[in-house]
Amino acid sequence: MKKGQMELVWIRFRKNKLAMLGLIVMVLLMTVCLSAPLWLDYSKVTTQSIINAYQAPGGGHIFGTDQFGRDLFARIIYGGRISLFSGLITIGIAFVVGVAMGGTAGYFGGVVDTVIMRFCDILMSVPGVLLSMTIVAALGQGLVKMLIALSVAQIPRQARTVRAAVMTLRGQEFIEAAKCCGTGNTRILLKHIIPNVLGPLVISVMSGLGGTILSIASLGFLGIGIAPPTPEWGTIISENQASLMYYPFLGIIPGLCIMIAVLSLNFIGDGLRDALDPKQKN
Amino acid sequence: MEKLLEIKNLYVNYKTDEAVVHALNGFTLDVYKGETLGLVGETGAGKTTMCLSTLRLLPEDIGEVVSGSIKYNDIDIMKASKNQMRQLRGAEISMIFQDPMTSLNPIMTVGEQIREVLDLHYPDMPPKKRDTRVDDIMKLVGILPERKDQYPHQFSGGMKQRIVIAMALVSEPKLLLADEPTTALDVTIQAQILELMKALKESFNSSMVLVTHDLGIVAEFCDNVAVVYAGSVIERGSIEQVFSRVKNHPYTDGLFNCIPDLTSEAKRLTPIPGYMADASNLPKGCKFADRCVRCREKCKETEPELQEVDKGHFIKCWYADERSGET
Repeated sequence: MKKGQMELVWIRFRKNKLAMLGLIVMVLLMTVCLSAPLWLDYSKVTTQSIINAYQAPGGGHIFGTDQFGRDLFARIIYGGRISLFSGLITIGIAFVVGVAMGGTAGYFGGVVDTVIMRFCDILMSVPGVLLSMTIVAALGQGLVKMLIALSVAQIPRQARTVRAAVMTLRGQEFIEAAKCCGTGNTRILLKHIIPNVLGPLVISVMSGLGGTILSIASLGFLGIGIAPPTPEWGTIISENQASLMYYPFLGIIPGLCIMIAVLSLNFIGDGLRDALDPKQKN
Repeated sequence: MEKLLEIKNLYVNYKTDEAVVHALNGFTLDVYKGETLGLVGETGAGKTTMCLSTLRLLPEDIGEVVSGSIKYNDIDIMKASKNQMRQLRGAEISMIFQDPMTSLNPIMTVGEQIREVLDLHYPDMPPKKRDTRVDDIMKLVGILPERKDQYPHQFSGGMKQRIVIAMALVSEPKLLLADEPTTALDVTIQAQILELMKALKESFNSSMVLVTHDLGIVAEFCDNVAVVYAGSVIERGSIEQVFSRVKNHPYTDGLFNCIPDLTSEAKRLTPIPGYMADASNLPKGCKFADRCVRCREKCKETEPELQEVDKGHFIKCWYADERSGET
């Protein structure tokens, strides 16, 4: 009976086959990408060899080579490092800021709510990728700047989810009961409201993470994300644009990577939402 | 006896877009140390409003205290700082809510929720001691301390209410406001819970205001009773004084006539005619005048004061000494 909460969540999560598949794929992807420097020399990413250009997958190069004869496998692995971890950092920033903004807006209401949410509305009225592009254009290219740009685009979505959830919770009796016990506003927000909001938030964060990875790839594809020759999934597709007609694997492989990553994240998000709900009986 | 809580001439309004609702109109009530006071009245009479005003937790922007004073010990609740109020809530004055299903946080273990009151009010207490206090209070309310790591949904309604009571009592408050603590429970559990609250109240020597619709509960568990009608106390006295039915407010009388009596031959109960006065459009004189059998011209013009008919027995009626026809 006395099982930790995390253990219970894990037991419920394990029952969801798709979510488990997503988790395994994601863990695999992350370990492979993270441990890359240990077994794959970075020089393989950049070494050009024109004679070996456009080699089909298999043979000496698992994923083949691109127009400059660079090993696509190495580029995909190192590109994944950037795609996945920029995604995580972006969504981390968006999560913290979004929770703070949405929580404050939803809990206090009134003028605070109006100011914060109208600001979010303004941000939301511009398409995410366009907003990021504008910010990158204003700040200049670079990893950190891109992270900021992408977070800003994600914040309003997170803030909205949090706010909506907080507003329904605010009127609940257990919040009133907490007030009756002499609990202060900050503590009510942090201990009673935010943990109750985590369920819907997890799914929004997970799909946000998928979306962010897509955005990073889009920015890369548009040539305003990570600057070549640094590999990144979107950038790789973009670099090989001209040869996609004749050597489709150059687009299909990085494209599949993006798809698999985003799909696994969405599965994990769904699984977590179900597992985190303590009311769910098994 | 010493006064613990003193509410004087309290007027509370709820402002909505359509109208101003006068929830409390000259509500005057003293609660003495060690007393169990039953607060009886119809829905909308202002019982909950009184509890919330005492904790200064009226809904913001809507509920407003127009005039009057609330004093707890020597603290003026109306003038106390926010910080002071937070210190009072939970530690000195606790409230038990109507519905145990919704007054517990669904994603915190019950032990954590009981412990939070201690965390808030006794930050200096060693954590070990807080844990033992939680265990002790859980034993007192009849729930195995081993279950403190479980979540509210794993408990039945009656057990949840016990947990809510444990939360309210863990800091041994001086004043307990129980807002219909048994309404959501079935009758067998009701008796248990009330018995438990009474025992705990006595062991901590605190005062309790028990809000209820049920005169039977009042007779059984309370020392004194206050009847509320349209936002003011219209009768207050000891159980003996009120229930002996020698002198009563006509409304209280009407309430008694609505209780089925096994010994009487009556075929039908005698209800109080009409509805409670519209709180957004109150009559000028006595609020009960429209429905009252004793009503005269004077009642419609001027409102009576609470007057002492016997020692400790107050009735708010011009003709308090009269008996209205019994059935």
